[in-house]
Amino acid sequence: MTDNGDKKYSTISIPKPLFDKIKGRIDGTGFNSVSSYVTYVLRQVISQDEPKDEGDVFSKEDEEKIKERLRSLGYLD
Amino acid sequence: MINPHGGELIDRNMEGPARERLAVDPQDIPVFDIDNDIASDLQNIADGNYSPLTGFMTRNDYDNVLEHMRLENDVPWTIPIILPVPEGAVSAGEGDDLILRHNGRNMAVMKIEEEFELDPARHSQAVFGTTDPEHPGVAVVNEYGKRVLGGEIWLLNEMESPFPTYHLKPAETRVLFQERGWETVVAFQTRNPPHVGHEYLQKTALTMTDGLLINPVIGRKKQGDFTDRVILDSYDALIDHYYPKDRVVLSTLQMVMRYAGPREAIHHSIIRKNFGCTHFIVGRDHAGVGNYYEPFAAQEIFSEFADLEIKPFFFRSFKYCHACMSVVNEKTCPHPDEKITNFAGTMVRKIVNEGAIPPPEMMRAEVAEVIKAAEVPFVQ
Repeated sequence: MTDNGDKKYSTISIPKPLFDKIKGRIDGTGFNSVSSYVTYVLRQVISQDEPKDEGDVFSKEDEEKIKERLRSLGYLD
Repeated sequence: MINPHGGELIDRNMEGPARERLAVDPQDIPVFDIDNDIASDLQNIADGNYSPLTGFMTRNDYDNVLEHMRLENDVPWTIPIILPVPEGAVSAGEGDDLILRHNGRNMAVMKIEEEFELDPARHSQAVFGTTDPEHPGVAVVNEYGKRVLGGEIWLLNEMESPFPTYHLKPAETRVLFQERGWETVVAFQTRNPPHVGHEYLQKTALTMTDGLLINPVIGRKKQGDFTDRVILDSYDALIDHYYPKDRVVLSTLQMVMRYAGPREAIHHSIIRKNFGCTHFIVGRDHAGVGNYYEPFAAQEIFSEFADLEIKPFFFRSFKYCHACMSVVNEKTCPHPDEKITNFAGTMVRKIVNEGAIPPPEMMRAEVAEVIKAAEVPFVQ
């Protein structure tokens, strides 16, 4: 990978046959460049690898307060 | 459960002695009075509806949102959340604190990290796809002050909610969904009382998920719109008579509509992701106005966001077919127009304005009764 000096973008090398394959595939798809296609795919892959929220982000005390309010509003029994 | 947008659920409600003090007395900190629109953005930041935002955008985030529909850190974000101020209205500058006051109460304290200049034409062209001053979003931007302040906020006093018993924060909906055992939740945003087409698409979506969040947007409305009270009462009536109560949550979202069409559809889905929803219903011309956007542009834009995580449910416009004797759309019904009753909100408003009750194939009798019983069904 090389940094082209523009902090917003970097250059990544991929095999030329893969580049050509992608270039052929994106015709008529709305992707206007191989870079935009590769960016799209990588974002998708990265987001799928994010660990999921296990529901333990609140302390027990905070969670009880929330449940109490939800009960008082009739959202929870 | 689905992650909050950007990975962390934000809570910027200040607690402790500093809050007690600043909430009533700004001391030597300069004060700026904010309107309802800015106040609702502020509340939404503080409650985590706008996670991962922790304040009003600074220049890099703002520029990225305009140009790439992403924050500087590559997280999808389509609507600028900014604090514009008129020239000379705020004596504070970069590095200073600023009290944001709403309706005479100190609502938040902001650390001004950066100030920059607003170019209304650039802003409007990027967000609304037009600079036409007739566009309601453009008209608001044209009234903005040209100086923009960016920086983190801490909430001191909550914005008053007209319907506090319907007001749920993301932390609360997340606990609620978890307690109900819902792994998948579809959100439906609305600004109207429900007609039969709305019910049909909500129940269709609910068929594929564990729960349904009906989330009316309340706040500033146009003359002739249904009042928030009527919308909530009519949904209560519908849920009471026709929905499995253990599968539905009705809560409000106090937020200004920008009428930014496709960009706003992404924004709305991000907020519902923060609420813990896994799916979001996007209909025809979502958040549109006039003829500024293609009818399905708000659906097509989702293909540009592979990493949004919340999934859209796309629906076409529905109508009732008297030959099919069911709710249909143009893909599912072959019959001519004379067999069709349209559900358009304008049609419902016209019928109500004439003192009549919409027919049952258009609206449930219980919902129509709520509208009829309302002293003032429309915003004057």
